[in-house]
Amino acid sequence: MTTLTREFTKGLWDEIPIFRIVLGLCPTLAVTTSLENGLGMGLAATFVLVCSNGLVSALRKLIPADVRVACYIVIIATFVVCVEMIMKAYFFTLSESLGIFIPLIVVNCIILGRAEAFAKKNGVLASLADGLGMGLGFTLALCVLGSIRELLGAGTLGLFFGERVFLAEPFAFLQQAPGAFVTLGLLLGLMNVVGKK
Amino acid sequence: MESYFALIIGAIFINNILLAKFLGNCPFLGVSKKMDTAIGMSAAVVFVLTLAGAITWIVDNYILQPLGIGYIQTLAFILVIATLVQFVELFLRKSIPTLYKSLGIFLPLITTNCAVLGVAILNIQQGFGLLESVVFSAASASGFGLALVLFAGIRERYEISRIPKALQGTGIGLVTAGYLALSFFAFKGMI
Repeated sequence: MTTLTREFTKGLWDEIPIFRIVLGLCPTLAVTTSLENGLGMGLAATFVLVCSNGLVSALRKLIPADVRVACYIVIIATFVVCVEMIMKAYFFTLSESLGIFIPLIVVNCIILGRAEAFAKKNGVLASLADGLGMGLGFTLALCVLGSIRELLGAGTLGLFFGERVFLAEPFAFLQQAPGAFVTLGLLLGLMNVVGKK
Repeated sequence: MESYFALIIGAIFINNILLAKFLGNCPFLGVSKKMDTAIGMSAAVVFVLTLAGAITWIVDNYILQPLGIGYIQTLAFILVIATLVQFVELFLRKSIPTLYKSLGIFLPLITTNCAVLGVAILNIQQGFGLLESVVFSAASASGFGLALVLFAGIRERYEISRIPKALQGTGIGLVTAGYLALSFFAFKGMI
């Protein structure tokens, strides 16, 4: 049991995606203009990651090593298509604002990376725990980035408050593309200072 | 003719695929430490993206749409791209070994470059025809190459600069990319 907890929690801090493992940058930078978008993207990716990790691990003895990457991509793409349909049916506005970044979950390196680095050599339960931990870690990172950019860039926090909560003049640079790069770069620097082992 | 010109300028400078649309950022940060690798990667992306743009358009319009299975677009496109990359790799190894040598290691990486899948999907979403798709793909890929080579040029200078310890590596890379993106903002309003 302790190993399962360990597989789960490592994704939340020790090996948190984006900050510790710099992978999956495109959705991170593109959709984090608000907390809500970041949360939606994170949860969609978590769903795909948990399912694909579980299935890859369950099939790990059947998948031939030579074509494994192609097999992983097919598995991942299948779940992404499911997510696309679910989002269109139940969260239409969110799926509109995430746009092409939902189909692009297929090429999110974190998901393929976990299949290759973890799920192909570990049991189903451990892989599910690993996927859930990594997915939630990714969600957490997106939420942090989304909150900062929304709060300082637009002055709002749409998920919790209807109106403007940040009373000074918002810093619109953070809402734009360059602001995304700079915010993430500075956050990485901050993580290096805080989390040095 | 004019609309093609606008399409090309727009895709390279205004809506630069890396700096404004955030597609293909992993190789952007991964291979930009040296100028040689940046040029190799750019060439490989231009080559594959243009081909992929044309082929995915044909697959979508002549296979997926007539059969009414547009919802598996993502799955179909990623398979087409993965196969295409494998095929290009084989073809180059057999027929143009010198080009294969210089692009070699970058080719497999392109399968998971979200710029390729992203542009393929954008072509369909924006309702482009075949020629427009090819032009848009090639222009987007050139924009990718331009940004990557510029960025590599800046990053090479870091070897002789003093950078705060916490920001070394990816941190300073991202901040630089931010300011590079800011300079591309100057092109806004051109069209």
